[in-house]
Amino acid sequence: MKAAIVVFPGSNRERDAEAALTQAMGRKPIMVWHRDTELPDVNLVLVPGGFSYGDYLRCGAIAAHSPILREVKARADKGMAVIGVCNGFQIITEAGLLPGILLRNASLKFVCKNVRLKVETSQSLFTSQYEQGQVLSVPVAHHDGNYFADPKTLDELEANGQVAFRYCGPEGEFDDEHNPNGSARSIAGIFNRTKNVLGMMPHPENAVDPMQGSTDGKALFKSMVEALS
Amino acid sequence: MKARVHITLKSGVLDPQGRAIAHALGTLGFGGVNDVRQGKYIEIDLNERDKAKAKQQVDQMCAKLLANTVIENYAIDLVD
Repeated sequence: MKAAIVVFPGSNRERDAEAALTQAMGRKPIMVWHRDTELPDVNLVLVPGGFSYGDYLRCGAIAAHSPILREVKARADKGMAVIGVCNGFQIITEAGLLPGILLRNASLKFVCKNVRLKVETSQSLFTSQYEQGQVLSVPVAHHDGNYFADPKTLDELEANGQVAFRYCGPEGEFDDEHNPNGSARSIAGIFNRTKNVLGMMPHPENAVDPMQGSTDGKALFKSMVEALS
Repeated sequence: MKARVHITLKSGVLDPQGRAIAHALGTLGFGGVNDVRQGKYIEIDLNERDKAKAKQQVDQMCAKLLANTVIENYAIDLVD
């Protein structure tokens, strides 16, 4: 697998993502600056977390229209794998790679803590190394993670198996208490229709080493390496 | 020509910031505030002098970047 990480002014999780990809792939991913207009020959692009362009206008909106994102979108439309984490999820959603939008957290507070996630499907190149229904511990760190889409879009996402992860309690239950940001139907991550694009608010790259308190993010990177090597 | 663009949240979209403002107004003693919705105001200075063309141009700006039509509506006002 060859991977690239797109870096914007204000990205801040790109080194964590680089470490997680290096651990899984056995070699370093390529770092691509936002002003570049061409993507190297890779089969995965990771859009990392942070505060690209200071979250001006709407979070992710300015980055979504940068030259490199146009290239990412064109390749994703042809089937290349793309994963957007946190601000990366906001960016690829603003770019139109995924439906819906991430709104301000319902609590209005920045949330930074470990949450539980339920794996909704193992039928994807991002989640094949998990069991369906498995409950993971992965950190979140965001102010705008409140997933919103109209009810019709949400029904379609569910009917097409496009929900990747949901926030849940210790027994895998979905309720307001275990929904850290007010996301519709507790959605934490979604695929596009063809499942070559994943966007998620939690940070799997910060759950790959026992020092981080959880290694539950490792299987996500392993899944991508298995599928794309 | 100047374009004045108002971007507002669609009805039904939760506006926690508007709610916080409403709460703060209540705390300050302003009674009778039923609801507050927060939006954005953007002013754009344009070279274009033709109103119809300017309108079309700003409309595209709104659809592509300034507003996210999943959650927002926009209104354009042109002034000479």
